[in-house]
Amino acid sequence: MKVGLFIPCYVDQFYPDVAISTLELLEKFDVDVEYPMNQTCCGQPMANSGYEIYGKGSADLFNKNFSKYEIIVSPSGSCALHAKEHILANGGPKIYELCEFLTDVLQIGAIDSSFPYKVGLHASCHGLRGLRLAKPSEIVGPDFNKPLSLLEKVKDIEVVALERKDECCGFGGTFAVFEEAVSVSMGNDRIEDHRSHGVEIITAADMSCLMHLEGLLSRQKSPIKVMHIAEILNGNFPKTNVNNDLK
Amino acid sequence: MKPITTHAQAAEEFLKDGERSHWHDDTLWHVRTKRDTAAQKLPEWEQLRTLASQIKDHVLSNLDTLLIQFEENAIKNGIEVLWAKDAQEHNNHIYRILQENQVKKLVKSKSILTEECGLNHFLEDKGYDVVDTDLGERIIQFNKQVPSHIVMPAIHLKKKEIGEIFHQHLGTEEGADDPKYLTEAARQHLRQKFVQAHAAITGVNFGIAETGGFVVCTNEGNADMGTHLADIHIACMGIEKLIPRAADLGVYLRLLARSATGQSITNYTSHFHRPRKDKKMYLILVDNGRTDQLGREDFRNSLKCIRCGACMNTCPIYRRSSGFSYHATVPGPIGSILSPGMDLKKHSTLPFASTLCGSCSDVCPVKINIHEQLYKWRQVITKEGPAQNSKKWAMRFGGKVMSKPRLFDFMGKMARKSLSISPRGMVYNGLNVWGKQRDLPDAPNDSFKDWYRKNRKNGK
Repeated sequence: MKVGLFIPCYVDQFYPDVAISTLELLEKFDVDVEYPMNQTCCGQPMANSGYEIYGKGSADLFNKNFSKYEIIVSPSGSCALHAKEHILANGGPKIYELCEFLTDVLQIGAIDSSFPYKVGLHASCHGLRGLRLAKPSEIVGPDFNKPLSLLEKVKDIEVVALERKDECCGFGGTFAVFEEAVSVSMGNDRIEDHRSHGVEIITAADMSCLMHLEGLLSRQKSPIKVMHIAEILNGNFPKTNVNNDLK
Repeated sequence: MKPITTHAQAAEEFLKDGERSHWHDDTLWHVRTKRDTAAQKLPEWEQLRTLASQIKDHVLSNLDTLLIQFEENAIKNGIEVLWAKDAQEHNNHIYRILQENQVKKLVKSKSILTEECGLNHFLEDKGYDVVDTDLGERIIQFNKQVPSHIVMPAIHLKKKEIGEIFHQHLGTEEGADDPKYLTEAARQHLRQKFVQAHAAITGVNFGIAETGGFVVCTNEGNADMGTHLADIHIACMGIEKLIPRAADLGVYLRLLARSATGQSITNYTSHFHRPRKDKKMYLILVDNGRTDQLGREDFRNSLKCIRCGACMNTCPIYRRSSGFSYHATVPGPIGSILSPGMDLKKHSTLPFASTLCGSCSDVCPVKINIHEQLYKWRQVITKEGPAQNSKKWAMRFGGKVMSKPRLFDFMGKMARKSLSISPRGMVYNGLNVWGKQRDLPDAPNDSFKDWYRKNRKNGK
């Protein structure tokens, strides 16, 4: 089984460590993974802004790059969902977000990493409600949470319960700019939920939410840091010191 | 012409008062959690939602024949049935009924349809005093406002503000804001209006094709008191409010109140079948754009809505921008997929007032795919709506770059380079909306692609 790795455009450019962690993590589980060099973007930024038509070029490119694989894995629920619904809807490879690939396809047992921090898990909406990575709070039924089940395999980690466990952070692609006031207000409310529960590291299966929250945290000079779930599962530690006064 | 206020502008204004916006958010979130508690008590909740959605699918596919069946049975029962193709016809029907029956005073229980049709203004212009008898609606009527929420019309007002409004209009003690005291004052005031009314207008929650009867749900019993005391009952119903059989009603009644407020059922669920002896009952069936919406394949199932308001309570944008920011009769997520069908230009910013988080679709008791329809309206608006040239060019440019890998790599490198060498003041200028309250991510030297080329088999 050869797996094609799809790295979202902004992760490629601004968060290479997230992509490296994803790759290393997959390699640790002996996945035969390769990264097609001509990839760019799934086209979601254009499509969600109402310009599906201008996302067509990247959708075609996506197909060209990935049609030879049976399986595509991406460290983003949002991009995976977009590709699934708008590029691969009529067949082609099966695309998985990283966490669901680890839990559903590889069905991994143990994870050999330790992360001695208080972690808040942000439930990114497209992964949650689009790919059903966990049971959304609106839905009635048996509880499950794939990203959480993976974090629970990490040693020394403390995953903190939040007040609103799956409210949107307010990123929403170009929403973050065109509805700046609401977007920032939503992000700040999410941060407050994490802060008031003593979270040191906010993690998620989507870097876009974290980029938005990180932008707010950094401007506010908050000691809270963000890390993609792939980094934690891969055994990375925070790059800068976190505020251990809380401990 | 007054410029159209965008949702974003109105929301920004609302958010300036941080204390109020947080209070508004918390208040509605509380209703959402009550809904969750109620829904979780029914293990069959998801089955009910599916069933409710399927029954409405059937209704929408057979609306023509079901409406005729409904009309026939209603007429057999002695109800006078009228059809209105738009708001104007609806209002004219009511005016004519009032004239013919020499009605002087009338009361009205909650009906979002009459809001949609602008009935109050229409009748006030003709010299009628329309008294809304739903407590929340009476409050905003005193305050010369429209509902900010379809189930809780005065949810934007705090207790203290309601006390002030009552002090002005009902002569309650200045500064008094005890809900029990204020409700009693409203009760006494409304009792007078009920007793004097010749006609009572109500909405309709469910029309039942099989029986020709209809059901009105309220928590205050004001629809019942109005219709029982008045000689004339005028019920206004959107044509999509139909269900096929009385047996289907239970599905919706179990979902409606739980979704709306977390109650297991509304306090009053009143079944109307025929006028009482020597009294009159009118039923106005209103289209007002509904058949147009039915004809839009992508948007037709927005007509399944039973007006529970759960999508508003769950929507993180609605909670932080309030109903008024939508400038539409039905605000929030469901309003944002209904309103563009009524007036695309006026409501063109509404489908963008969402992160597409999908909570609205998951909370919806009739499983309307609200967030997917928001996405689809966006595609329509960029083609047929008001021009947004800068956005269009940006997206076109972005699309171009993303379709050419080498151009993308080059542009990415340039962007990272310029971000890392530019002084902060240059990066965070007035044009950088992202950067008003947020920092940009650090720009690394190498992209992942650069790293991969160096570290994995020379980029296999």
